[in-house]
Amino acid sequence: MTEIAFWFVITMTVLSAGVVVLHNQLIYSAMALLFTLFGVAGIYIFLWADFIAGVQLLVYIGGILVLIVFGIMLTNRISSVRLSQSNVQQGVGGAMAIWLFILISFVVSKTPWYKSDALEPIETVAGIGTLLLTKYLLSFEAISLLLLGALIGAAVLSRKEN
Amino acid sequence: MSVDTLFDFLGSIIPAMEGSGLLLVIAILIPCLLLFLVVAVNAIVMVYAERKVAAFMQDRVGPMGQGVGLHAGKWGLLQTVADALKLLTKEDIIPKNADKLLFILAPFMIFIGAFVTIVAVPFGENVIVADFNIGIFYILAMGSLGVIGIILAGWSSNNKWSLYGGMRSAAQIISYEIPAGLSIIIIIMLTGTLSMQGIIQYQAGGMFNWIIFANPFSFIAFFIYFISVVAETNRTPFDIPEAESELVGGFHTEYSGMRWSFFFLSEYANMLVVCAVAAAGFLGGWHSPIPGYFDSNGWGIFWMMSKIVFLIFVMMWFRWTFPRLRVDQLMNICWKVFLPISLINIFGVGIWTLVFG
Repeated sequence: MTEIAFWFVITMTVLSAGVVVLHNQLIYSAMALLFTLFGVAGIYIFLWADFIAGVQLLVYIGGILVLIVFGIMLTNRISSVRLSQSNVQQGVGGAMAIWLFILISFVVSKTPWYKSDALEPIETVAGIGTLLLTKYLLSFEAISLLLLGALIGAAVLSRKEN
Repeated sequence: MSVDTLFDFLGSIIPAMEGSGLLLVIAILIPCLLLFLVVAVNAIVMVYAERKVAAFMQDRVGPMGQGVGLHAGKWGLLQTVADALKLLTKEDIIPKNADKLLFILAPFMIFIGAFVTIVAVPFGENVIVADFNIGIFYILAMGSLGVIGIILAGWSSNNKWSLYGGMRSAAQIISYEIPAGLSIIIIIMLTGTLSMQGIIQYQAGGMFNWIIFANPFSFIAFFIYFISVVAETNRTPFDIPEAESELVGGFHTEYSGMRWSFFFLSEYANMLVVCAVAAAGFLGGWHSPIPGYFDSNGWGIFWMMSKIVFLIFVMMWFRWTFPRLRVDQLMNICWKVFLPISLINIFGVGIWTLVFG
């Protein structure tokens, strides 16, 4: 049962990722991206990382994908339903993809995978919170400073000059 | 009543199939069907309630029985049933220049976004389909699915009113998610858990243990949360995405019949969910206001439901009390008033917990 669900999630992720790259209408690519991001959230759940899966949905689908769709709709001929994209440099792109595939399969086959026999954690959020505020406090604060900078920058850029 | 207990229960009834995958599918499908029933009945009851509440607030009688032949039951009780049947039999119109696939997909996406969140809503001490570790966070995350559906519906209709409605709605939902989310953080700070049942269990022992009365900051947070979710569900006075006088019907202008009723179903399902989160997070969920009285299992469902129904009534009350806001007023309130107050709230709760906690 779990195996069927796993393969379903994997197939959905890969197929929709293919549609993202290959479809010639931007809005369909964005919609396929929804299913890809959903599939990735599903993979996190299979890894027992329920909090990360929730963050994935909230940030990527609720935030970034909405922003992408807004971008598509606002930049180019807003009232027309047909927006197309074309893939240029297909040869170079294909070569890069094949090279990356070979590299990743090399890494996958050479890594000595260690099979964990740890049990499913009862609660993941508390652990993440504790680690963020103790061991990784510096990087946590650095990221929040960066985000604050981005926020202020956006506010400065978008305000009217008087 | 979670999926696991149902699975074990079914296994004990039919020993031949114990532990099989088919049984798991059945154990998942039964609560889903029940929840679908809850959503459908909820919509029918709420449409009727909304018409009656509107009528009474405007000193009318609302839907009533209309004589012997064509009447809608006593006090118009069958009015929504008749409406639902009418919607089901209506012609399904898809505009010629619409993007067909996305046009068909959009209402389902909005509905799924509203429907999957109900899974984590606790209706009683043991009445919850799945008590996730990240329950309240799951509701927030899944709720964001609906935004995509609304943008899609507005865009694929190929109609300027729909497009404006979709854009306004998306901007509004994304903006108001922030103060609503920051208010929920206060609940999490006080209870130290994300599980819905854990949050409710923290508030045991009478109404002065409810989070709304925990400290002055959480009292303000409740109101910020409630106003923000009224905006998130696109209800009046924040209904600029479907402002009838400006945009015809907003993002669902081009929809008719069954597809249109899906928008309606999901609007009411969304109202149910956000009011349930407010009731569970701030108003003690299934706990009785007086400790020890009416606090048994069955009364839990009664308390939870009456808190939800009261909050929904307040939403309907809003609708006939306040005029619609302008777009700029709406954004000003969100970013210049609610956001600073909720940030101060979080800071205040932290200090309060350190000093008095």
